[in-house]
Amino acid sequence: MIDIDQYITKYVYDVKGLNLWYGDNQALKDINMHVMENEITAIIGPSGCGKSTFVKTLNRMIENVPIVKTEGEILYNGRNIFSSKMKVEELRTRVGMVFQKPNPFPKSIYENVVYGPKIHGVKDKKTLMEIAEQSLRGAALWDEVKDRLNDNAYGLSGGQQQRLCIARTMAVSPEVILMDEPTSALDPVATMRIEELMEDLKKEYTVIIVTHNMQQAARISDKTAFFLSGELIEFDKTNKIFANPSDKRTEDYITGRFG
Amino acid sequence: MRDRNTEDFVFEEEVYSMNEKIKKPVKSQVTFNKNRISRRIFLNNSAKHLFSLSTVFAMVVLGILLYQIVSGSIGWLDWQFLTSNLSIFPEKAGIKGAIIGTLFLMMIVIPVTLVLGVATAIYLEEYANEGRIQRLIKINISNLASVPSVIFGLLGLTVFSRMLSLGSSILAGGLTMSLLVLPIVVVAAQEALRSVPGFLREASYGMGADKWTTIWRVVLPVSIPGILTGAILAISRAIGETAPLVVLGIPTLIMKIPSGIMDDFTVMPIQIYYWTLDTVLTPEYAYLASATIVVLLVTLFVLNSVAIIIRNKFQKTF
Repeated sequence: MIDIDQYITKYVYDVKGLNLWYGDNQALKDINMHVMENEITAIIGPSGCGKSTFVKTLNRMIENVPIVKTEGEILYNGRNIFSSKMKVEELRTRVGMVFQKPNPFPKSIYENVVYGPKIHGVKDKKTLMEIAEQSLRGAALWDEVKDRLNDNAYGLSGGQQQRLCIARTMAVSPEVILMDEPTSALDPVATMRIEELMEDLKKEYTVIIVTHNMQQAARISDKTAFFLSGELIEFDKTNKIFANPSDKRTEDYITGRFG
Repeated sequence: MRDRNTEDFVFEEEVYSMNEKIKKPVKSQVTFNKNRISRRIFLNNSAKHLFSLSTVFAMVVLGILLYQIVSGSIGWLDWQFLTSNLSIFPEKAGIKGAIIGTLFLMMIVIPVTLVLGVATAIYLEEYANEGRIQRLIKINISNLASVPSVIFGLLGLTVFSRMLSLGSSILAGGLTMSLLVLPIVVVAAQEALRSVPGFLREASYGMGADKWTTIWRVVLPVSIPGILTGAILAISRAIGETAPLVVLGIPTLIMKIPSGIMDDFTVMPIQIYYWTLDTVLTPEYAYLASATIVVLLVTLFVLNSVAIIIRNKFQKTF
């Protein structure tokens, strides 16, 4: 069967035979999947299935855990991210990440947003301010914070902090944004705002989102990958996965029989 | 309504069987005895008073000490005392040289310990691979903090005074004193770096920052309060320490005021030490010693206040 997607859009990520171990414990088993440009790919599965591990492997954040060992290839725009020529700093500049718990720096709102541009060498005050405004608008936060850009970011609500973190990620203008359960620490209203935001993000970025909320995956994503005990059970269009899954285990999970 | 004094509180709780398939609620009754609760409240109150008593004990001792010193210094601590050179006549004697010596010493000790101490801590916490050698270094740094200061004096005498021919200069004394208080700063800075939450580092790495950028822009600003706490302890120790300087051969009587870091010098604790010794010959020296202690305490207080002000400026909640 020919995968028609391949001819319309290009693969941003092409994962080939990825295995990952924490010490002797295998957390990912022979993962093969791809991520399309300007799509939202949702990764679902029960706790401990390896979905967070997988998404953290995509920007090699997982290597901060010293005992991790990987095998296989992840091609990012055709380049293997594990190759010695690929610098993690460069990869992470192009692949931004939003974490489970909002993690702004204990600095002002403005300083948080311009952190990325600053470390990558932007010095001009005017440019920085433009980037800050653009990113905060992009993260639908500008109107709420424009009068208090110099206040500490920890004065914001949890949902605002998470949108600030999204703005901070956007300020580096990445190509891909990885999101590791970005709404699991937020209330329903804040969650809704972030989901609305994701629709807009899709136009500019490729988004990969880990979520344990199946409704969220169904609402926002184009493709869904279902992970179970470190294996990729099923990966398909979201409509297909939720309406007519081809694997029994996927069906059991999305109908709430376990997990 | 139940009679609160006689009845026990009863809480009902549903405990599910461990076997997931059965999910049969088992009812358990947890009973709390009213008497036990009042006994615990009593114990809590006793503990509170006991702890406050310990605090009072320390305060009383400190109070007596301060009273003795301050009352001894009255009449002797004046402008003339602060601005005069040493003299064998108690009425004419002043500690200008010792004050300047102490300040000069601190000018060496503070930057040297902060730079070396923080750099060491950054290496050990952030860069060094977790291994046997790193563990050995860490344990030994903690051990160093408990080595008697005379030993450090001997080390300074061998290395700085003799090998590097610095003699009994301010530089030799400052470096020796820096070695003495370095472990305090290293240990405090390590603690401070370790307490920076991982999610802040992750945020920085996630944007493509390298390790040093992350340390410089995120980790260090957050750990400054902890590092300064270590600095305060180190300054307090260095400013009052006598033994290593005695070993270095700091002269008893210095008439000349030091003007640079290569000059000979004396410091306030040494002055206190010798005046106390010579009380046998000239009883008034006791008052001079008291007055010097007051000046030493005030200097320490001023230096520490600066550190505390900087610390509070950086202290952030998150």
